[in-house]
Amino acid sequence: MFPKGTKRKFSDSADDPAPEPATPLQRQSLLDMSLIKLQLCHMLVEPNLCRSVLIANTVRQIQEEMTQDGSWQLMTQALAAAQCPADRLVASELLCRQTDPAAAAGGPKPYALVGEAYQEEEEEEEDSEECASEGEEGEQVFGTFEIKHPPPGPDPALEELFSDVDASYYDLDTVLTGMQAAPKMGPYDLLESLSSHGRISSFHIIYYSMNTTEARTNP
Amino acid sequence: MCCLSALQSKGELEDLGDIGDSGEYNVYSTFQSHEPDFDYLKSLEIEEKINKIRWLPQQNAAHFLLSTNDKTIKLWKVSERDKRPEGYNLKDEEGRLKDISTVTSLQVPVLKPTDLMVEVRPRRVFSNGHTYHVNSISVNSDGETYLSADDLRINLWHLGITDRSFNIVDIKPANMEELTEVITSAEFHPHHCHMLVYSSSKGTLRLCDMRASALCDQHSKLFEEPEDPGSRSFFSEIISSVSDVKFSHNGRYLLTRDYLTAKVWDLNMDKGPVETYQVHEYLRSKLCSLYENDCIFDKFECVWNSSDSVIMTGAYNSFFRMLDRETGRGVTLEAWRESSKPRAVLRTRRVYTGGKRRRGDVGVDSLDFTKKILHMAWHPSENIIAIAATNNLYIFQDRVSPDAHTQ
Repeated sequence: MFPKGTKRKFSDSADDPAPEPATPLQRQSLLDMSLIKLQLCHMLVEPNLCRSVLIANTVRQIQEEMTQDGSWQLMTQALAAAQCPADRLVASELLCRQTDPAAAAGGPKPYALVGEAYQEEEEEEEDSEECASEGEEGEQVFGTFEIKHPPPGPDPALEELFSDVDASYYDLDTVLTGMQAAPKMGPYDLLESLSSHGRISSFHIIYYSMNTTEARTNP
Repeated sequence: MCCLSALQSKGELEDLGDIGDSGEYNVYSTFQSHEPDFDYLKSLEIEEKINKIRWLPQQNAAHFLLSTNDKTIKLWKVSERDKRPEGYNLKDEEGRLKDISTVTSLQVPVLKPTDLMVEVRPRRVFSNGHTYHVNSISVNSDGETYLSADDLRINLWHLGITDRSFNIVDIKPANMEELTEVITSAEFHPHHCHMLVYSSSKGTLRLCDMRASALCDQHSKLFEEPEDPGSRSFFSEIISSVSDVKFSHNGRYLLTRDYLTAKVWDLNMDKGPVETYQVHEYLRSKLCSLYENDCIFDKFECVWNSSDSVIMTGAYNSFFRMLDRETGRGVTLEAWRESSKPRAVLRTRRVYTGGKRRRGDVGVDSLDFTKKILHMAWHPSENIIAIAATNNLYIFQDRVSPDAHTQ
């Protein structure tokens, strides 16, 4: 099939149809699908890290492309204008954040990955119901990909809300149970909103890694 | 003795013995390697499912193997007994002490053949070395150490020491949100005990020299194929993720498997593979569906034959591909019970992708994606292969040349 020593280029083959660029609809549905996959990842007790990373990279790639042709801004503006139930409004607003203007000016930086490093030992005392009481020795690092969009205007309440969004509510229980305690949309909410709005009304990609129990055997 | 072990999802290992007249193998030994475990710290269950098995080079009559689940590696000793001593002077056949007054002459105990007894004993348990899921284990050519790799770290162990391991590769970023790449597979060089390779989810290979520093975060060589801009899609990265990497027996080449291809790399050439083989190119136009049903994340293994002239890897629909490096040609074969009568010759299969349709061609849309051939092995010195297909293990032998060619 391939003579030894020849490096096969995909574009050389007459049999291969070159992949057509995705239509906006295909791109959107791929984005929807990917976000659902990521949300459903957390329903698993211990998500497959490789799979999560690959899906998250795909989402990032889609968003970069959508930002470049302006469709990202269109979509997020439509979301802001959409009438959402009050309880979900908080969640959407919280999640759809303005990109850093400096970064946006510098080039396509569609969203910042906001990470909350949750260091069990160093964290100050949490509310008891929110604190993971398992007493992990190690470090639980929890990251949230937040898709950002220009908000209607600066909202000090939001900032304050966000500042409260420290790692405490991203505790072990909520992560493992699909974020039910946190004021975020769980995976089913996400699915419901998808069907009702026809598009994603809030993005909440949770990507976390448990790093408890660092190997005791490390020298 | 041709020793083969099959890993099963329930944590059991089966060793297979000699081929019987029916062409079916008799089970040599079955043992439970891992049990389901519970991580109390994380409140997580650890599956007993075995991810990898590696045999150690044989040093005496016993065989040793390493098996691993997501978190714990175990060393097993497999020994067999087919003789037993008989004719003791002081004990009778049941082991009871004889009455000395009845002993009138001395005899020399002799070894008499007996039914084969296989003993499998755990010799070492290497635990608490990994935070993430172990995907690879590889025995070093020094015969004393081995590596275990998870998504973000690679550890070096001594076979005799279970409470200590050395971390030799760590790609965990300080901030987990910056994580975009994970380790997918790792292996030691077959001859150079200081050299190892690991593959990543972005399709790169990194060769590391343990002599350079204690922590091999800096690769000594990075193998990466430049991306073809003409074929870029949203799935490009996912399908470039390397699911398996294997050194050739002669130690000069690397074999990698990504979703659609198998590639051979020359260790001296890091700019790209020297050979690329299509495994199932007809799936390229179906990537979106395969992403939807998660098949795109399937991890296929790949193997070399003993002379490094043929490579083999699995596909869907119980198909597997044998790719001849000398001719550049590949064949598709099927591991299917109905068509595999003992001593039957495997039929070549074809997936219909256009043009003239031949009898027996299978359409792309008729492929059964639940029948994946992910795991396989090629005998280290003979032309015997083992293919794992769902609930069956197939063993095929080359009728024409059962012993490998020597180059």
